[in-house]
Amino acid sequence: MRLPIPTKAHPVRTEQIILFRVSGQLFAVSSASVQEVRSVDTLAGAAKEIAQAGLRKVRHIVQRGEHALYVVNGAMHFGLPPFAPALVFVLRRTRTALLVDGIEKMTTMTRLQALPQAFCNDERDWYRGVTAIDQTVIPVVKPEGFLSPDELFLLDSSLQPKESPTEIAAQETASGGLLPQPDTIDGESASLRQ
Amino acid sequence: MSPQIDSESFVLLRLAERRFAVAAGDIAELVAPSRIFRFPHRTKEIEGVILRRGRIVPVCDVAARLIGKNLLSRRFYLIAQRRYATGTEWIALPVTGDCELISAEMIPASEGDLPHVSGWLSHDGDVIEVLNLNALTPGPVAELAPAPVRALQQEVHS
Repeated sequence: MRLPIPTKAHPVRTEQIILFRVSGQLFAVSSASVQEVRSVDTLAGAAKEIAQAGLRKVRHIVQRGEHALYVVNGAMHFGLPPFAPALVFVLRRTRTALLVDGIEKMTTMTRLQALPQAFCNDERDWYRGVTAIDQTVIPVVKPEGFLSPDELFLLDSSLQPKESPTEIAAQETASGGLLPQPDTIDGESASLRQ
Repeated sequence: MSPQIDSESFVLLRLAERRFAVAAGDIAELVAPSRIFRFPHRTKEIEGVILRRGRIVPVCDVAARLIGKNLLSRRFYLIAQRRYATGTEWIALPVTGDCELISAEMIPASEGDLPHVSGWLSHDGDVIEVLNLNALTPGPVAELAPAPVRALQQEVHS
């Protein structure tokens, strides 16, 4: 008599996640995607305000060595009502620091379901999928989805040092340029150069 | 040339005072309303999702598009299969009354019909639209222009 070959039970693949709230709404993110969790207070001293970035959800930047981290307001990103964030998640392998209300809990998910295809707009960039925890459906965010390449380009551009009219004129003079001297540049021309 | 007539099964669903039909083969089940989970998204036709048999099923209220107003009360969710390029997925359609399984002959839609109409059938003295869920519910590719645009295009071309 031949006994059936015992089959190895496949271990359930699990993933550690952090459940967090933004403007009261519950989200999940993979713990592996979060490099650092800080309180907003500890970040305040290190953050610089960005003027005229053209992106309302990003108002501050934190310099980390050679890299700039953009501080993304989670509520504005998701179109939720404004809130007072208490924590910042520094997201690994991104240039995003995400402002959130707080952490609900850390848990494990055993199944990540793809976002149903009926969802066919920006949310496809926002979420890796959805999961059910304790009979509640929670979207699992995509860390790289908070800032698109276009948005990063816009932000990076806003950080480029803008040359003053004096510097431009000095460069033109040095290169034998034909531009007028700084004191002859009227306001309109100067702003166009910038 | 007379239009082709197919005899098949349909599920009649009710949205307020009007009835519509969906091919019975596209229906998974009829369930009582359960908790809708909402999270931020930008697909305005989708209300949220429900949990059903371990699946996460989007809820799409089609009443606004079909009868011009949202449903004030919903009695069931008709869970239908929506076809995508990569396969089928369930979608829950809120309905206001009992659904009925009938067998009828469908007259296929003509070019003049709106994209969400796949045909017409006659039942109990009513002429009922057979719905094309692929055109009625959102999906990843805008295969068809929105109904008003199509209607306008047809007017312009006629």
